[in-house]
Order: sequence, then C-alpha cells, then structure tokens
Amino acid sequence: MVEIENKEEKFRELEKYMEEVNYDPSMLINILHKAQEIFLWLPQEVMEFIAEKLKIPKSRVRGVVTFYNFFSTKPVGKIQIKVCLGTACYVKGGDKVMERFLDELGLENPGDVTPDGMFSVHDVRCVGACSMAPVVLIGEGDFYGRMSPDKVPRLVKKYKKIAEEMKAGGKA
Amino acid sequence: MKEIRICAGGACVAAGEFAVKGALVKALKDKGLLSEYKIIETGCMGMCSRGPFMVIDDVVYSQLNQSAVKEIVEKHLVGGQIVDKYLMKTPEGKTVEKAFKEHDFYKKQVKIVTRNLGIINPKNIDDYIERDGYKALEKVLKEMKPEEVIEEIKKSGLRGRGGAGFPTGLKWEFAAKQKSDTKYMVCNADEGDPGAFMDRAVLEGDPHAVLEGMAIAAYAIGAKKGFIYVRAEYPMAIERLRTAIKQAKERRFLGENILETDFSFDIEIRIGAGAFVCGEETALMASIMGERGQPRVRPPYPVEKGLWGKPTVINNVETLANIAWIIRNGWQEFRKYGTEKSPGTKVFALAGKVKNTGLVEVPLGITLRELIFDIGGGVPNGKKLKAVQTGGPSGGVIPASKIDTPIDYESLTALGTIMGSGGVIVLDEDDCMVDVAKFFLEFTVNESCGKCTPCREGTRTMYEILDRITKGEGTMEDIDTLEELAVVVKETSLCGLGQTAPNPVLTTLRYFRDEYIAHVKEKICPAKKCRDLISYVIDPDKCTGCTACKIVCPTKAIEGELNKVHVIHQDLCIRCGSCMDVCRFDAIYKVTPPLKVDTKV
Repeated sequence: MVEIENKEEKFRELEKYMEEVNYDPSMLINILHKAQEIFLWLPQEVMEFIAEKLKIPKSRVRGVVTFYNFFSTKPVGKIQIKVCLGTACYVKGGDKVMERFLDELGLENPGDVTPDGMFSVHDVRCVGACSMAPVVLIGEGDFYGRMSPDKVPRLVKKYKKIAEEMKAGGKA
Repeated sequence: MKEIRICAGGACVAAGEFAVKGALVKALKDKGLLSEYKIIETGCMGMCSRGPFMVIDDVVYSQLNQSAVKEIVEKHLVGGQIVDKYLMKTPEGKTVEKAFKEHDFYKKQVKIVTRNLGIINPKNIDDYIERDGYKALEKVLKEMKPEEVIEEIKKSGLRGRGGAGFPTGLKWEFAAKQKSDTKYMVCNADEGDPGAFMDRAVLEGDPHAVLEGMAIAAYAIGAKKGFIYVRAEYPMAIERLRTAIKQAKERRFLGENILETDFSFDIEIRIGAGAFVCGEETALMASIMGERGQPRVRPPYPVEKGLWGKPTVINNVETLANIAWIIRNGWQEFRKYGTEKSPGTKVFALAGKVKNTGLVEVPLGITLRELIFDIGGGVPNGKKLKAVQTGGPSGGVIPASKIDTPIDYESLTALGTIMGSGGVIVLDEDDCMVDVAKFFLEFTVNESCGKCTPCREGTRTMYEILDRITKGEGTMEDIDTLEELAVVVKETSLCGLGQTAPNPVLTTLRYFRDEYIAHVKEKICPAKKCRDLISYVIDPDKCTGCTACKIVCPTKAIEGELNKVHVIHQDLCIRCGSCMDVCRFDAIYKVTPPLKVDTKV
C-alpha cells in the first residue's frame, strides 16, 4: 500500500468540504474532484471514507470513480504531462508528441509513473484549444501549443530540473 | 476614459495574454498614461491562430508579445502612428487596419451568440448590462406570460445547437404542459466533441448570456431550480460562471423574487469528470445526481421524467445564448438569417488543416466552401483539400467534391454526417481516411459506457477491423463485415453515442472506398499516413549531410557522416517522422508500399 503523506490533515480538509455541501450524495462527483485535488489520486481508504460519511455503499463510490476518466485509482506523477489527443491535435501529430514524451521519460504506457514518482504522461481528450494544436499541458496548467516531437526533449529537461528543485525543497 | 481591449479567450491566454497585459500596464505606466486608459480583458475574439490580440479604437493588433506591446504604446498611443507590422494581413499580404470590419475572416460573420465576445469583460456584470444585458429577462418577467415566451421562441424556429436540432420552443412547451410542483432547467455545457470549443468560448466570454437564457427558459416552463453541467476540462469556464452567478444574485437577476417579481430561480454548477457520454441527456442527468453517467431508454423523455423524476428541460450553451437576443429583437429579426428550416446562425470551430483557425458565427445555409476558403483562407502549405469532418465522433466526413453543400441540419444529414455541436476539422491530402475512421472509433470504444451490447461490442469489433486494415492485414471480407456491423450498431444502440458512432466509418466507406481497397489489396496507404504501410527515404540528390535528422532520430536508425549523404536503416526505423520534420532540404520523403526491412536508403 502507498503511504499517504500528511494524512490526517488531508482527511480533515476533505471532510470540511463535505460538510460545506451538507454530505449530499448527489454531490459525489464534486466531492471526488475535491478529494483528488487534495490527494492527487483516489486511494481505497479515501473512497471508503467518502462512502461512510455520505452513508452510501462503497460500491457506488467505486462505481462512479471507475466510470469517469478524470479519476485515478492509482498514483500519478507529481508533475503530470497531459498530451491532447483530440481530433485537431491528432491530425497535427499529437500521437507522435505523446510517443516522444514516453520515450524521453522511459515510460511504457500512458498512466505509468517514473520510478522517482515525479512524472506521469496522460492522454486527454480535446481541451478546446484546437487552434494551437497539438497542445500539451504540464503540471499546474503550463500550456504548450503548436508542439512537435523535437520540442519534447527540451521540455523534459526543463521539468526534470524543476523536479529536482522540488525534491531538494522537500516538496516531493 | 479611452478603452483598450485584450483578448483573454482560451487560446490567447495559452499564447501569452497574461504577459502581454503585464507589458501593457508597465508601458502605460512608464509613459504616465495608465490613468487615461481602461484595459478590458474580453472573451474570444475569434481568430485564435493569430492571438494574442489587442484592440485600440477598432485597430486590431495580432500575434503580440511583450516587446510588440511596448512598441505599440510608444508609436500608437504616444506618437499617433499605427504600427503596421502587427496588423492582420489578407491572404494576399495586404495589411488590414480595422480587421473586425474589414478582414475576410470577419466580413461574412453575423454575431448573435457571440455578440459580446471580444467586447465586454466577462467578469464584470456592468459590461453585460450596458450592452442591453438582462433587458430580455426584465421584459419577459414584466410584460410577457410564459405561453407568450414559448410562442416567441417557437416562431423564431430556433433549434437545439447541441447537435440533434430539436426545436427549442417545442421542448419548452412540452415541459410547460407537465403538471408538477417541481421542474428543472438544465444547461448542457459538457462540450465533449473533440474539435469543438464554441461553448467554452461563450461560457468564458459571455457567461451572463447563458444565465439570462436559462432564467427566461425557467420562467417559460415554470422551473425554480437550474443546473449547469460543465466539463471539468474547462476550469476557466467554471470560475467565470461562478463569478457571474454571484454577481447576478447580487443584482437580483437570480435568486428569490427576481427583479421584484414573484419569480424565483437559482442556478447551481455541477462539474463533469471526463465522460463523453454525459453529453447525452439521460446520462447527463444521472451524472448531475452523482451517479455513473449511463444513459437510459427514452421515453420517458426528460421533459416528462427528468432529474429526480421531475420534468426537466436540457438546452445547450449556444442555444441558450440565443434566447435573450431573440426576445429583445423579435423572432422576425432572427428569421432574417439562415434558412427556412434552419433559421439563425451557428458558431463553428474551424480547426485542422486550414489557415485561419478559430471561432466563426455565420448564418446557417452558408456553404462549406465559403466557410473554409472565404473565411478560413483555405488549406495551408499549398496542399489540396481532401475532406471536411463535421460533428465530431458522431459525424462523418464530407469529400471535397461536395463542399458547395449549404450547411444546415437536413443537408448535412443527407450527406451522412451531422451538424453536431459545430466542430469543423479540415483534412488535406496527407490525411488517410481509414486512419481518420479508426481515430474516431478508438474514441468511441473508449467512451462507450458499456451498458448496451451493440455499442460496447460492436464499436470494438469495428475498431479491430479498422486496425487490421491500416496495418495491411485486412481482407475484402473485412470491409463487408465492417459495413454490416456499422449498420447494426447504428440501428440498435441505446443512445445517441452508439447510434452515431458508425458515421465516420459509413461516410469514409461511402466516399473513399477506394482507399480502403488500396489498403487491403495493394497494401498501400495512398495518403502515406499509416505507419505499417510506409517507409521514410532519403533523397541522395537533396541530402546535404547536415546531420539534423541523425541527431533527432530517437532509434538511431540514421547513419551518415557530416557533409555526406545519410541513409535510413529500415529495420531500425519506427516511422515517427521526426527526421522529415527537421529536414530543411526536403530530402526526406515517404513511399508506400513500405521497403523491405533490410534496405538502407
């Protein structure tokens, strides 16, 4: 099992939000968004916690989590690289950009995490910036438009440096 | 105070709008002009490929960066000289000063839905009110009965802009007739079609137009509670909606006793979580209620039994953004645009292989040729137009030979595609039609919710066949099976997702069957796109031995010394195309069928 850092504090923050929405089960998706914002992904015990507090079956929480693409039941990188594979990005070579990112980071498949836990690459559906295709989102919303595979190594280098700084700064 | 407008639409923000604004503020401050100008950050100005934009007295500057802004402040604002080099240009290279009035991209546009985009600050309700905002709501509440509102919308002929084109007034009438103590008004802002971003632009650039449309609809049908279901991929839209709702409540355009009348209406935001099927109305309702977004059989339709079993109207963002305009200007004015059966305008998102990409609002009935060539400026890099894809994964491709077809609901359906939400992806000669069909099927396979068998199993089998064909492993029998399956999935699926999923396959088979046959019989990809059917080759006459390709090759498949002709080892090449992208001498080209793996060229 993966250890969760600052566990108690995170659960408190989540419960505070659930209180704000009156433990309304119809708010489950919004609650899960909040939980993923806090924990970065949705560990089993977080799902169980939500089910218990909303007084709904665990199976319903898990059913909703696994249904929607946005929610992840396995750890993700601290820095996530999201490559858009919407139509406009695809016809302009988004798939090649994706491949290059995986290659440069030594990852097999989208969704895998680098051994140091810092990076994961994900495909996303249209982000609505089709005129800048192909597009890539990195970390907390850094946006790169008109991408091409040969621009990838430089970006990876840049973010590896940021990752090192994060590790050194104790943020990782 | 004089005004300077900066586009803060999604694409311009991505292109560096924030830095541009910072540079503008700094430059104005340096010149002591800051107090004389009001900087307005607006919604999308449309021509996203040329952003970020800045507009000073109708003069439109494009593709700006920090130093450009500094120069414009010095020369234009201080010196009174228009800075030519940042103006937009016509395809012939002529500069256009007042681009929004004079450039071809804008000339044929009619702005109803996008009336405030690029003009107002979406975060400021006063800007919206100044442009007659909430006047329609006031008129409706104080002068019109609900039946009269419905009558007005029915007469306008407005049809749902989310894709299906159902008459909006009729939908409202059905809901209004339902006897129920509780009714709901829902805005479908789950814009999931890849390639469509008009709803995003409206939500971000003019959120009050959507709120006003919802409030009018709620009054017409008798709803007190509304929901906006937005996709999580649009955080900026969510933020601006939150701001807008808060402001509207403060001014009493939402909440209890709106504008001192008996009418009360409140709106809540619900966020999606990345499931395409949630754009389907019954799936959307399940998602709003916090469940798996799976569709159910209709009837009963949402207007009878919707959210929590109560009558519910679900309208799309663009549909709702039309409402206030129609109420203010009258149905006759609306019908001046568009065709008899498809009145009004439609916002299209132009993307793909077209020079001017961005958002355009045009009267329905305009031809694809006008849209792609007159407004879009045609296909770049001297390539030929091959086809146009409309309607996203639910739509189909229209071959270049049919681009004089007028764009309306019926004409597009007759061609085998759909209007959909208005995404228009332009494809050129480098796009393989089998590959395009495979791309969309991969999308539907991923997004199929799995509830009904035809969609779950059928789309997967179709995808597998397409995959075989693109690898040169298909048979003629495969093509027949594919076609047969497509028809079955279309006819027997539970919801709109499955019913329309075969459209990309059916249309490519209809118009580009020879391409399928070439993949199967000759093992070639005529567009030289499918990886397993092509090889990259270096032309020894053109190669200068610059080593650029050798450096970029991820598998070290390229061999050659500096200043000597390079060769590609076909056994190592993974056909990523990086070498071709970096070659400045056009020395690398593709061949189909592929070369034998032991060759070096």
